[in-house]
Amino acid sequence: MIPPIARRGLFLAPLLWLAGCNTVVLNPSGDIAAQQGNLVIISTLLMLLIIVPVMILICLFAWRYRRSNTSARYEPNWDHSTKLELLIWGAPLLIIIVLGAITWIYTHLLDPYRPLSRLDENRPIAAGVKPLEIQVVAMDWKWMFIYPEQGIATVNELVTPIDVPVRFKMTSSTVMNAFYIPALAGMVYTMPGMETQLNAVMNKVGVYDGFSSNYSGAGFSQMRFKYHGVNQGDFDAWVAKTKAAGALTRAEYVALDKPTIKHPIMHFGNVDKGLYDLVLNRCVVEGSVCMNTLMHQDATRIKAAAAVKALDKDVCETDVAATAQPIRKE
Amino acid sequence: MTMSEHTLTPNHPILGRLSWESIPLHEPILVGTFAMVALGGLAFLAVMFKFRLWGPLWKNWITSIDHKRIGIMYMILGIIMLLRGFADALMMRAQQAMAFGDNAGFLPPHHYDQVFTAHGTIMIFFVAMPLVTGLMNYVVPLQIGARDVSFPFLNNFSFWMTTFGGMLTMVSLFVGEFAKTGWLAFPPLSGIMASPDVGVDYYIWSLQIAGVGTTLSGVNLIATIVKMRAPGMDLMKMPVFTWTALCTNALIVATFPILTITLAMLSLDRMVGTNFFTNDLGGNPMLYVNLIWIWGHPEVYILILPVFGVFSEIVSTFSAKRLFGYTSMVYATVVITILSYLVWLHHFFTMGSGASVNSFFGITTMIISIPTGAKIFNWLFTMYKGRIRFDVPMLWTVGFMLTFVIGGMTGVMLAVPPADFVLHNSLFLIAHFHNVIIGGVVFGLFAGMNYWFPKAFGFKLDEFWGKVCFWCWLVGFWVAFTPLYVMGFMGVTRRMNHFEDPSLQIWFVIAAIGALIIAGGIGAFLMQIYVSWRDREKLRDVTGDPWGGRTLEWATSSPPPDYNFAFTPVVHDSDSWADMKAHGYKRPTKGFVDIHMPKNTAAGFIISALAFVMGFALVWQMWALAIVGFVAMMAAIITHTFNYKRDFYIKADEVVRTEEAHTRLLESHV
Repeated sequence: MIPPIARRGLFLAPLLWLAGCNTVVLNPSGDIAAQQGNLVIISTLLMLLIIVPVMILICLFAWRYRRSNTSARYEPNWDHSTKLELLIWGAPLLIIIVLGAITWIYTHLLDPYRPLSRLDENRPIAAGVKPLEIQVVAMDWKWMFIYPEQGIATVNELVTPIDVPVRFKMTSSTVMNAFYIPALAGMVYTMPGMETQLNAVMNKVGVYDGFSSNYSGAGFSQMRFKYHGVNQGDFDAWVAKTKAAGALTRAEYVALDKPTIKHPIMHFGNVDKGLYDLVLNRCVVEGSVCMNTLMHQDATRIKAAAAVKALDKDVCETDVAATAQPIRKE
Repeated sequence: MTMSEHTLTPNHPILGRLSWESIPLHEPILVGTFAMVALGGLAFLAVMFKFRLWGPLWKNWITSIDHKRIGIMYMILGIIMLLRGFADALMMRAQQAMAFGDNAGFLPPHHYDQVFTAHGTIMIFFVAMPLVTGLMNYVVPLQIGARDVSFPFLNNFSFWMTTFGGMLTMVSLFVGEFAKTGWLAFPPLSGIMASPDVGVDYYIWSLQIAGVGTTLSGVNLIATIVKMRAPGMDLMKMPVFTWTALCTNALIVATFPILTITLAMLSLDRMVGTNFFTNDLGGNPMLYVNLIWIWGHPEVYILILPVFGVFSEIVSTFSAKRLFGYTSMVYATVVITILSYLVWLHHFFTMGSGASVNSFFGITTMIISIPTGAKIFNWLFTMYKGRIRFDVPMLWTVGFMLTFVIGGMTGVMLAVPPADFVLHNSLFLIAHFHNVIIGGVVFGLFAGMNYWFPKAFGFKLDEFWGKVCFWCWLVGFWVAFTPLYVMGFMGVTRRMNHFEDPSLQIWFVIAAIGALIIAGGIGAFLMQIYVSWRDREKLRDVTGDPWGGRTLEWATSSPPPDYNFAFTPVVHDSDSWADMKAHGYKRPTKGFVDIHMPKNTAAGFIISALAFVMGFALVWQMWALAIVGFVAMMAAIITHTFNYKRDFYIKADEVVRTEEAHTRLLESHV
């Protein structure tokens, strides 16, 4: 009834149907996520090249060589064939070489740290275009977004203009989370005391889901926010409106840092300068020592100690060799 | 700073942190569970007393150092824990099918988070590991023609350490709570600041105690395989299952110490105030994530490799044909063993490593699929030109091959870092690893249990219920996990206890139905065991070789005598038993001599029980009891070193009686 080729094609039908419904990972609205979604499809198709024949052969052999089928050949001692061995090692190897090359290229091209080179397939980004920077802080259990150039901040609401490259700089205030907007780009972990980055661009106006995709405790399921991709004009209007909101001081941040679930959306019109750096270095609380200061002090001390040691040696090798020994013992 | 708040509240001098509030009387689900466990326990005690079974249980099982009995006890442990782990799975599926919009479901976050943590921990450490170790323990010495493992006492000790580790996890159900961190307990979430309660401590000490058992059992089996093979069985004549067991135990011995050290560092952070993995004072949580996955990735190969061995044995036996490409099968196993150490970072591509590091680990991961693919082809060509019998073990094998290739494919998709960025931590990932663990490890374990059960008990498992079990698992798996694959593409993330988007609910309902079908499979398995026991005379295997087997374990009676082989067989071929049968092997019927055997001891049970006491005391910070437990454990260990009565002889006339009984059985059958 159904021709064999079409029957084989039926196997792929679910994939088409998947591409149709609300599978945001395969139909995203941002260029980075779109390229990542394409890789999912390309790698699947490459592997189906070998998986489909194997599955067909499994069924075929299981049927053909069943015990009741005495007309099939039976060779109980046949256990080697160099040609087949070459095929079964060689065919997967070829596919992995192709997939490996694709992996190498696209892992570099789509590295979240890499500044964007295009808005989408047809629009390269001119040299010198500065991306919009947004600082992201994952807190228990809410998201803070600081716009350093605009001097504003929000909680649980993210707005960016479309077709503008965005650079997210991310950290966390307590435990690990992952910052993920499936429509925009793949996820990146946020970790306390460390900064990760994500470069991405949104191409379509819309409201999208954003959330933490790494389990972080009791309020994890509600650690969600809406991401608005808007036109440049709407973005400017939104910034101007947000500017009118209250200030985000260090004290305000410390109060906000207490664990909350389903935290309401908040806007801040004036953000303490360098707040993000204080968060990153875990010293927002007045009087606490910043990690970078501490590390700098450690480095200075070690360098100084090394210098003294080197000096000592020089001294003992030249003129005061006799007195150097007791000094070192000290 | 990290510890000050906690050391300020003084603990009870004897009870430590334990108080009446630690008993979850306010949790109706737990109280109900406890009532059921208590009733079951009482019924068990009643049966034991009524039929005076305590003596035999102690003499023949608890203190036994016979690798066969220990193997069976491992299997029982794994099956019991499977029921617990699967109950957790059902609760998760029910919660996620219910908790939409205003409905919060029936599990509040602090309970739900324990459930998924316990599910993962139990399924890996106390279901898959005991079942795999149990199969290796039972089968490997028989396959290499040995009378026991190299260190029989150590084998008993390993088993009890694993069991008491599992018991500590179970105790957390009714005394205190379990970890709420996910099964690998990543800091800072598992650190003392974010998880000050006893849950993570239960997790740590359960795994530390069980880990000792696993590591020692690895040492034991390596020594057994290397030193105790029958004459003539050089490495390239070993059965494939023994090969995979060797590689798995090499992995265990090389990686479990990493887990032990990592957990020790985490417990130092929690108890002493060190800063290995803390946010402040130079600690680095990424260090933990790397270390735990350097153990964790080889761990998945520890589970899957022996199962590959099981399938190799089965596919060759039931195709009545030599295994295709024995040599390439062995090399594939060894290559997988080595490569499994070079891929751990693929579990966290999204943690901010550079592109070159990610590409390296992505490509090494893909390379593993080449030897794995070769294995699939080897099984395929073993079926080619065979005479395939579709008994239950073979059904599981074909079901595995069809299911596992899909799991392998989704695994390679996740190995492409940019694709992983959109699929990581999603339900796609959950579907993938269940696809390889259920479709691979669990299918393999059921295949192995159906295959070797007649060897262990002397009668086959019932065919009808075996088939019901197989079809329930196969269909149930796909119904339960296809929706998860789909939802992965919708960007749905794992470990959620509540959802807002109502359009997802239908998918979770389908997944829950799948889980119920699998529950039917587990029920059918229990039914299969009961029915087989009831009809054991009808299903009796008198030949010792019910399937037309090809390796040495089928050369002896079912069940084998205590000494396995009256005379150590001599091996000329990788399919040694098939080779012996083809050359008209005659079973020796006279000339028997005394057989030197190891003697039972209670030391393993006692030392492990004391380790359990110490672990429980450390969880609750009962320092006095912990010290008592530790000292008593050391005393028991030292006392055991003075035990010189470790062996005995099975007298020749007893061997003659046993062998003659077997001869009569064989003759009656012909």
